[in-house]
Amino acid sequence: MKTIEGRAWAYGANIDTDALAPIGSYSGTGDLSVGAGQCLRDLDPNFAKSVVEGDVFVATDNMGIGSSREMAPMFLHTLGIRCVLAHSFARIFYRNCFNIGLPALVCAEAGQIKMGDVIKVDPASGKVTNETQGTTYHASRSQNTSWGSSKPAA
Amino acid sequence: MPLTLAEKIIAKASGRDSVTPGEIVTCHVDLAMMHDSAGPRSAGKYLDELGVPVWDLDKLVVITDHYINSDDAEFNAIQTHAQGWVKDHNVKNFIKEQGICHIVLPESGHVKPGQFIVGGDSHSCTGGAFGTFMVGIGATEMAGVLATGEIWVRVPETVRIDVRGALRPGVSAKDIILKLCGEYGIMGFNYQALEYAGTAVDAMSVQERMTLANMAAELGAKAGYCLPDEKTRDQLDAWGATDIDIDTWRSDADAPYKKTITIDGDTLSPQVAAPSSPENAGPVEDHLGTKLDQAYLGACTGAKLDDLRMAAEILKGRKVPAGFKFMVAPSSIPMGEQARAEGILDIIEAAGGQVLPVGCGGCIGLGAARLEENAVGISSTNRNFVGRAGPKSSKLFLGSPYTVAASALKGEIADPREFLGEGA
Ligand code: SF4
Repeated sequence: MKTIEGRAWAYGANIDTDALAPIGSYSGTGDLSVGAGQCLRDLDPNFAKSVVEGDVFVATDNMGIGSSREMAPMFLHTLGIRCVLAHSFARIFYRNCFNIGLPALVCAEAGQIKMGDVIKVDPASGKVTNETQGTTYHASRSQNTSWGSSKPAA
Repeated sequence: MPLTLAEKIIAKASGRDSVTPGEIVTCHVDLAMMHDSAGPRSAGKYLDELGVPVWDLDKLVVITDHYINSDDAEFNAIQTHAQGWVKDHNVKNFIKEQGICHIVLPESGHVKPGQFIVGGDSHSCTGGAFGTFMVGIGATEMAGVLATGEIWVRVPETVRIDVRGALRPGVSAKDIILKLCGEYGIMGFNYQALEYAGTAVDAMSVQERMTLANMAAELGAKAGYCLPDEKTRDQLDAWGATDIDIDTWRSDADAPYKKTITIDGDTLSPQVAAPSSPENAGPVEDHLGTKLDQAYLGACTGAKLDDLRMAAEILKGRKVPAGFKFMVAPSSIPMGEQARAEGILDIIEAAGGQVLPVGCGGCIGLGAARLEENAVGISSTNRNFVGRAGPKSSKLFLGSPYTVAASALKGEIADPREFLGEGA
């Protein structure tokens, strides 16, 4: 797989499928780009307008939580996102990403990436270079199954 | 080697004697369910691109429930396409607009203990209430199942949720699951299987157990299940299932749970999840008096016959404030009909509630129960993410059918125990 290079769109935890693919944003009858224009409209209306091919989506915990709707990764892919980096992924979203050809990589340092940082990802080796910050991280395809709680122990 | 029920079912489905958490195995699917949203128009389309037939028409159930009850042209196009697809593929088990898939699937006799089932919807885990291993998958994954009848899975670790004691009046399965969401968060059990057990679960109706299994999804779990018992058999039997085996499909005595979490059923109070995540759950006391614009009993989670019965206990002989929007969409047509026969829908209507057609509806912001701009609602559904049930400016609280009914009566978030037993 070739190296992916683009700007980071960095968000936080629990980016859910209702945010990624709002109900009513897609008809399933063809043109994905129409629905994709609604991607993250409630969280960051600028995202769908400004993202370009090769950009990297960055999140922290539990990326893609929610519905099984495949439009969530499809919209990201349609808009040009070529890799998703996150601390952890919700399981259906994770499998959907790979199935549609969008690498979803687990990166414990994803939270250090800032909006707009220029990011290079080599999906084969897992090397992530943050050109803006001059740092490197490691990303992997295997998910840890035992993060335990997303909330501090009660 | 002792196994949990989840491991036993995966072992059987993958043709092995046993499996260990973390292993990746390929399973034969006993049953696949898909609905009008992720089914024909998505998974079905991919299957057609592959140019192969459905692997086994006896094992596929297609249900329309999401984009129904509307004169919207796009919704109708989705329905026309779905109907054309099932016809072209000779689908034997097509259930049209009878209710929400997670309810209709067991209700039509397709589900029984020990099955390995996949569903093209994240709340497919609901089927675990009957001692199955049922897991939600995406549409590309479903296309693979439709073509081959197989799917790979990583064997999950099993966590046992032991609900001890007995739930108090006005406290229900929904409060248990919201308590877990509040305590462990929406990724608290990512990739794991949850086994709900203990005296409070044993005492519960099977429909209540469906609520626990359904919202395993809100804990990030891959599956959530209950161990089948006589009640499971009776309920499935009443729904027309045959050859129900409740003896084989249980966890072994010293099964290798990752951990056991105990919940004290005796002291559990009604729980409410604040906007905009199920994990914002806490005791109803924290929100008493919050003004509401509407209350909704609906979805696969909160409008089953038993949910409607619970609401009726609170509503009987009482009225919601004039002009308050209180809506009820039974989870399925048979359940709605039974509720009508039992006088439950009459109680709801006499209290000022409006009965809506069955379907996903308000749960995903469609139809009459969609929240308006800036509106605040409470519902018995399972998710309250921003933008799900209404516009970004709306806010949604989640509660049990008891709590939703009590809150409807006051037009503000209320404690159902106020309307039950001695306090009433
Ligand atoms: S009622 Fe809601 S949660 Fe249940 S299947 Fe329909 S959309 Fe999904």
